[in-house]
Amino acid sequence: MTKTRAAGRTVGGLRTLSLQAPAVTLLLLWMIVPLAMTVWFSLQRYNLLMPEMTGFAGLENYRYLFTDPALWTAMGNTLLLVGSVLAITVVGGTLLAVLFQQEFPGRGVARVLAISPFFVMPTVSALVWKNMMMHPSNGVLSWLAESFGLPAVDWFSSLPLTSIIIIVSWQWLPFALLILLTAIQSLDDDQVEAARMDGAGPVAIFFFITLPHLKRAISVVIMIEMIFLLTIFAEIFVTTSGGPGLATTNLAFLIYIQALLDFDVGMASAGGVVAVILANIVAIFLVRMVAKNLES
Amino acid sequence: MTTAKTKFPATAERMPPQAAGVSPLRSAFARRLGLTALGWAIACLIFFPIFWMVLTGFKTESAAIADPSLIFSPTLESYIAVQERAGYFKFAMNSVVVAFGSTLAALLIAIPSAYSMAFLPTRRTKGTLLWMLSTKMLPPVGVLVPIYLLFRDVGLLDTRTGLTIVYTLMNLPIVVWMLYTFFKDLPKDILEAGRMDGASTLQEVCFLLLPLTLPGIASTGLLSVILSWNEAFWSLNLTSSKAAPLTAYIASFSSPEGLFWAKLSAASTMAIAPILVFGWLTQKQMVRGLTFGAVK
Amino acid sequence: MATLQLDRVTKSFGDTHVIQGVDLEVDDKEFVVFVGPSGCGKSTLLRMIAGLESATSGDILIDGQRMNDIGPADRGLAMVFQSYALYPHMTVEDNMGFSLRLAGVDKPARREKVREAARILQLEPLLDRKPKALSGGQRQRVAIGRAIVRNPGIFLFDEPLSNLDAALRVQMRIELARLHEELDATMIYVTHDQIEAMTMADKIVVLQGGVVEQVGSPMELYHHPCNRFVAGFIGSPKMNFLPVQVVEADADGVGVRLPGGDVTRVPVAGEKLSPGTPLELGIRPEHLVLDEAQGPLSGEIQVLERLGGQTSLYVRMDDAMVTLMADGDIAHCVHDTVRFGFESHRAHLFDAEGLALPSLEKHPLAGLRRQDNRVASDANGA
Repeated sequence: MTKTRAAGRTVGGLRTLSLQAPAVTLLLLWMIVPLAMTVWFSLQRYNLLMPEMTGFAGLENYRYLFTDPALWTAMGNTLLLVGSVLAITVVGGTLLAVLFQQEFPGRGVARVLAISPFFVMPTVSALVWKNMMMHPSNGVLSWLAESFGLPAVDWFSSLPLTSIIIIVSWQWLPFALLILLTAIQSLDDDQVEAARMDGAGPVAIFFFITLPHLKRAISVVIMIEMIFLLTIFAEIFVTTSGGPGLATTNLAFLIYIQALLDFDVGMASAGGVVAVILANIVAIFLVRMVAKNLES
Repeated sequence: MTTAKTKFPATAERMPPQAAGVSPLRSAFARRLGLTALGWAIACLIFFPIFWMVLTGFKTESAAIADPSLIFSPTLESYIAVQERAGYFKFAMNSVVVAFGSTLAALLIAIPSAYSMAFLPTRRTKGTLLWMLSTKMLPPVGVLVPIYLLFRDVGLLDTRTGLTIVYTLMNLPIVVWMLYTFFKDLPKDILEAGRMDGASTLQEVCFLLLPLTLPGIASTGLLSVILSWNEAFWSLNLTSSKAAPLTAYIASFSSPEGLFWAKLSAASTMAIAPILVFGWLTQKQMVRGLTFGAVK
Repeated sequence: MATLQLDRVTKSFGDTHVIQGVDLEVDDKEFVVFVGPSGCGKSTLLRMIAGLESATSGDILIDGQRMNDIGPADRGLAMVFQSYALYPHMTVEDNMGFSLRLAGVDKPARREKVREAARILQLEPLLDRKPKALSGGQRQRVAIGRAIVRNPGIFLFDEPLSNLDAALRVQMRIELARLHEELDATMIYVTHDQIEAMTMADKIVVLQGGVVEQVGSPMELYHHPCNRFVAGFIGSPKMNFLPVQVVEADADGVGVRLPGGDVTRVPVAGEKLSPGTPLELGIRPEHLVLDEAQGPLSGEIQVLERLGGQTSLYVRMDDAMVTLMADGDIAHCVHDTVRFGFESHRAHLFDAEGLALPSLEKHPLAGLRRQDNRVASDANGA
């Protein structure tokens, strides 16, 4: 009898194992090999411009990194960027979802227009905003400002990070709208009607019925956006290249500068390790949140 | 008829008194009008940059940098110019091959894995899923240096194969997750009925699971194509000329000498049009998978 | 042609013991019903027989052969699922022929077998439809048809009627009984509905908490429930329970004091009980009779439901609520006080553990099986 049990379990386990093995192994390699190499490089003196300078550096790279004010600026920029975009897209997405849930003529087309930016590649959207919207002399925004007699704003030199935030929010607002709209549509009409019978007005319905119903969907939006926002790169690359100064340099871009422009592999790797640690801190919270979703 | 006549005033009496002077019909009409105007205004506002880009693509270079105007004589000269720059098709081809190749690979690896997670769950399943997701949170910049060096050493730098491998691994966690969500929605009974009918695991997957979850698989694949098509971190860092996809091509317009807005717009329009149309057609399905089951 | 034996079968999910050592014998061509409240393990037990779940320990034998390690398709079984589990992308004909297709049966032979099953179930006009285009009852029949096509030794049914409306359920119940006779196969049927169990079973297996409470024919369970759980579960409306005390006990029965003070003698074995022992007396609503003159029990009518032919009275006694089935023509009103009683051989006594004191006389129908029924009527005819 004991034998059967053992046999049964092994067979089932083997089957599960063999089916999952390819995906798990690949992801494990993808994660561990480069990560181990990053950690290794971060402890080395390794600059491609100075091939003669090699050897174990200990924590020297980290010391340089942590005493370099650029790191803290970049970290601050990263958090500011992620935080602002999240706030804008979640709040805006919720409001838009409520709006596009209402019946009005042409709603379907309006919805499709509103979600379009999500499908536009980041290099394109960054270039369109940089050249055609926010250009100081020929952009649509400066033209609008001038027509109202206001001074034109040179977005990328006077409000660099704000400009990036606007572009990124424009890209991700539709995503939040898409998910939250789907969630709102799954709200039981009976619930809304029952609330109306109880005397709830539209505002009360929003806060007491709709918003609680959206809680899980909002957590999904935050999680997915976080994954992508922490590593924003292309938008900065094609608009400001991290400048002016370090004003729009986030962690991803800082490491890029060090690795591929300064060729300092050791320093770049140390930055990478910091980025990974930062992401993991965020991930712990996010994964908990999703785990909750999984359970129910 | 008589009953209806006698009943109607009785109901009307019980209704709450309307505010004096405002006909309920007119206020409902005004509300609807306001809603329609607001919905369309916001949709147009969000869509405007894309609209403007498409429009600019049909302008001459001089009209493109002139004061914004809707009135101009449309021309295809930018499209022709972009076509003539032989580069465009090479980049587009790279995008197609890499996006579809990586999607196909990711699906092939993910389907067995998602199948076993959805239908043969063990105590570790949830942990494995969350772990996969957490690899997605690993910032690519953290592993950029080793991947770059690794690719350089094995000759994968600036090759389609290299980029395909990276995209496959990049999208694998999300593909597994989405497939898992769709698979889990399939009633377990149907697969068990198949097993009772004598289907092997392979037959179960081919005759029952795949046909029944085809819409879900399609939308998963589509999202993977979109993410790969629009990806700009790896493509900018791992390719230079031979294997560079459209994201890199478009990014080349960010350099000062590339200030040809009409051509940029024409190229961008061609780069995003297929994905935009795909996205419009499949947004509903795609989003359902992306909510990870948090929204039905 | 198939028999089934379960030998100390258990099933655990981690620390949860869903099935705790079940022994069972199912004879050839028997109609066995597993019944019990939800979560009692009846479906798990069925799925273990089907091979969809593995047994943690114990043996499952079909026709004397150990089946634990044999796949579901090779056990000579067919199963009808609660949700029907039809393949939504296949026509009725393809649904029914799927197992044959997998087994490599060629198309004409497949077609013939499917037509045969469709004829039995009157599904012929629907063969080209997809499950979406069928009504609930039709889907149910297709699911049964899919099982028939496999020509199994044992049919397994997992709450097959629970998704149908009441009228259709009665109709399908009759149809299943007819099929059982026509197909001459062993059938194992899971339900939580004791009426389905009573009407269709040769043998009922009452399960609770992963343990078999009692196995027996419907009449045996009705007349001689072995414990309080089975007594309460079988029969509708539910059996009433009253607290009583032993007054005297001898070889002819046990005398107990009823809540009203009267003493009644119940013919059960309980010689060793000492006076003063508290017991529970069980009496079915249909066995309580109004008796304004001498009824030993009394109470106030709280609710009165007139069904036409019968009237259900819900009566509040001092420390219990009892249900009473009375004639449809009684003139009582709510809040009337009524007196009622019962024939003492109709009563059951349960000890502190809930076990029934065994009846001294066996009910004449308790041993009856459905096959016997036919024999009996034949004998009458002759």
